[in-house]
Amino acid sequence: MSSKTAEKKAVARKDMTRAQWTWKEMKRNWVAYAMVAPFMLIFTCFTVLPVLLSMILSFTDFNLLQTPNIVWLDNYIRLFLDDDIFLIAAKNTLIFAAIVGPVSYLMALLIAWFINELSPKIRAVVTLIFYAPSIAGNVYLVWGTLFSADSYGWANAWLVKLGILSEPIAWFENADYVMPLCIIVALWTSLGTSFLSNIAGLQGIDKAQYEAGAVDGIRNRWQELWYITLPNMKSQLMFAAVMSITQSFGFGAVVTALCGFPSVDYAAHTIMHHLEDYGGQRFETGYSSAIAVVLFVVMIGSNALVKKLLSKVGT
Amino acid sequence: MAKKLRTRKHKVVLARSRGGDAGITVVLAILGVFMFLPMYYVVVQSLKPLDELWMFPPRFYVSDPTFKNFKDLFTLMSGSLVPFSRYIFNTVFTAVAGTFGSLFISSLAAYAMAKIKFPGGRTMFKLVQTSLMFHATVTAITSFILMSALGLVDTYWAIIIPAWGSTLGLYLMKQFMESAVTDAVLESARLDGASELRTFWTIAMPMVKPAWLTLIIFSFKDLWNAGASIYIHSEQLKSLNYAIGQITAGGIKRAGASAAATVVMMLVPITVFVVSQSNIIETMGSSGMKD
Repeated sequence: MSSKTAEKKAVARKDMTRAQWTWKEMKRNWVAYAMVAPFMLIFTCFTVLPVLLSMILSFTDFNLLQTPNIVWLDNYIRLFLDDDIFLIAAKNTLIFAAIVGPVSYLMALLIAWFINELSPKIRAVVTLIFYAPSIAGNVYLVWGTLFSADSYGWANAWLVKLGILSEPIAWFENADYVMPLCIIVALWTSLGTSFLSNIAGLQGIDKAQYEAGAVDGIRNRWQELWYITLPNMKSQLMFAAVMSITQSFGFGAVVTALCGFPSVDYAAHTIMHHLEDYGGQRFETGYSSAIAVVLFVVMIGSNALVKKLLSKVGT
Repeated sequence: MAKKLRTRKHKVVLARSRGGDAGITVVLAILGVFMFLPMYYVVVQSLKPLDELWMFPPRFYVSDPTFKNFKDLFTLMSGSLVPFSRYIFNTVFTAVAGTFGSLFISSLAAYAMAKIKFPGGRTMFKLVQTSLMFHATVTAITSFILMSALGLVDTYWAIIIPAWGSTLGLYLMKQFMESAVTDAVLESARLDGASELRTFWTIAMPMVKPAWLTLIIFSFKDLWNAGASIYIHSEQLKSLNYAIGQITAGGIKRAGASAAATVVMMLVPITVFVVSQSNIIETMGSSGMKD
């Protein structure tokens, strides 16, 4: 038996072609494949296949009922040249993501940094205060109460009482206000996974490095942050960035809950809403797939861009 | 260097100006108030009697607290289309089955990806990591088509199975296993003749308890907070959050009950988080993305 394995080892690797060796390794590790199989099966069915299917369907006129015809780039041409509402949605999505993404990312980093030196008990309480809005279900609906259209809403009541307004404003039905308000609400619920990740990253930095830095002439906390803290938690920064960016494209439900669908004059209409409109309500699956593909490309693209930027931290 | 080192509790703490401390405290306080007040306001609203709910201007405190809104909520519940206990069962069942299934399935896969070298393992993980970069709204429409093809629409499975494929769960578990489970321990177990599955279950899993709790709360809060789903049409399969939304959407006369409902719904995930906070932070310590 032992001589047999030795023999087997003797023919290993260099006597085999790459494919042979890979096949051998695959057979030897069949348990590993069995272990990843359930997850990978579900992942393939509900993440990989839907993405591929969207890409394929975006070149067709599929509508769930008739046999689809291939229309090549027609959907994309219609999207960018013939669909004014899509252009509004694209503009809103970019504004929304460009504000919510970076601001929530910075908030998640700075707040985690601010509370890092508090005592563990106080830090736990403060963490809860900042994190709670993101896990507490649809508690964000309270913003609808605070900014309700009548004078019982907190904002209207005080602005009227102080004489700044003469009439209550219907905040979430006014095209001038829906976008800024939705951004505020989104920021309010945005301190989620990336925030916790940053807290943990800061906690994990070896304290001796700070003392060494102090001796080496770090003069203030900002220098300490840039030269010691951030380079030491680069991988957390990367993860937090991915979470923040992805999240900043996912606030469609919050907007719909507060502003209704569609929002007044499409003022808070995003690509997510456009997708829901064509895919979920009008059943233009081919067209909505094109919307989904555009959204997909934008998300992956902004992640790649930010990763590139972040790799420069501390250099 | 002849510079005198400042200390705090006998530890060297340099580079901390008092002005900076004060500035940070002020910024933190302002942001803290911004985060906390809306949450606090919901709780206050839920305790207000009718006359205080409609007071002008609205108050940030309650002078005559009452639980009447919570009682109203339960009265409203008893008049629902389907017995209310059914909605509670739906959400609890999908949350528990989804969460524990996800924990088991992603731990198995995470262990293999983190601790066994096999062809394709790294590629699979890369693929999962990439999927963190786009939001699930992108795949909603085509997922629906696949769900109906598989006959899962309008069953509990439509909620549970996608939860089992949580990529964030797998990602966090794999990263944590890589840092918390040392190869030496696994090696000695393998030398003792333990099978890979046995090593996973008796050696690796007990070492990653903090990650279990993290996966549990992340999955549970999503399933608990799930509202109306495009996959569910039958009233008797709909979620608690959806049902509560329906009964409290009855206009201004239900403002009190609506606040009470929000408080009830938010208490559950918040409690779970409070209990598991330190474990979650420990898990997130290894959440970093290398490339």
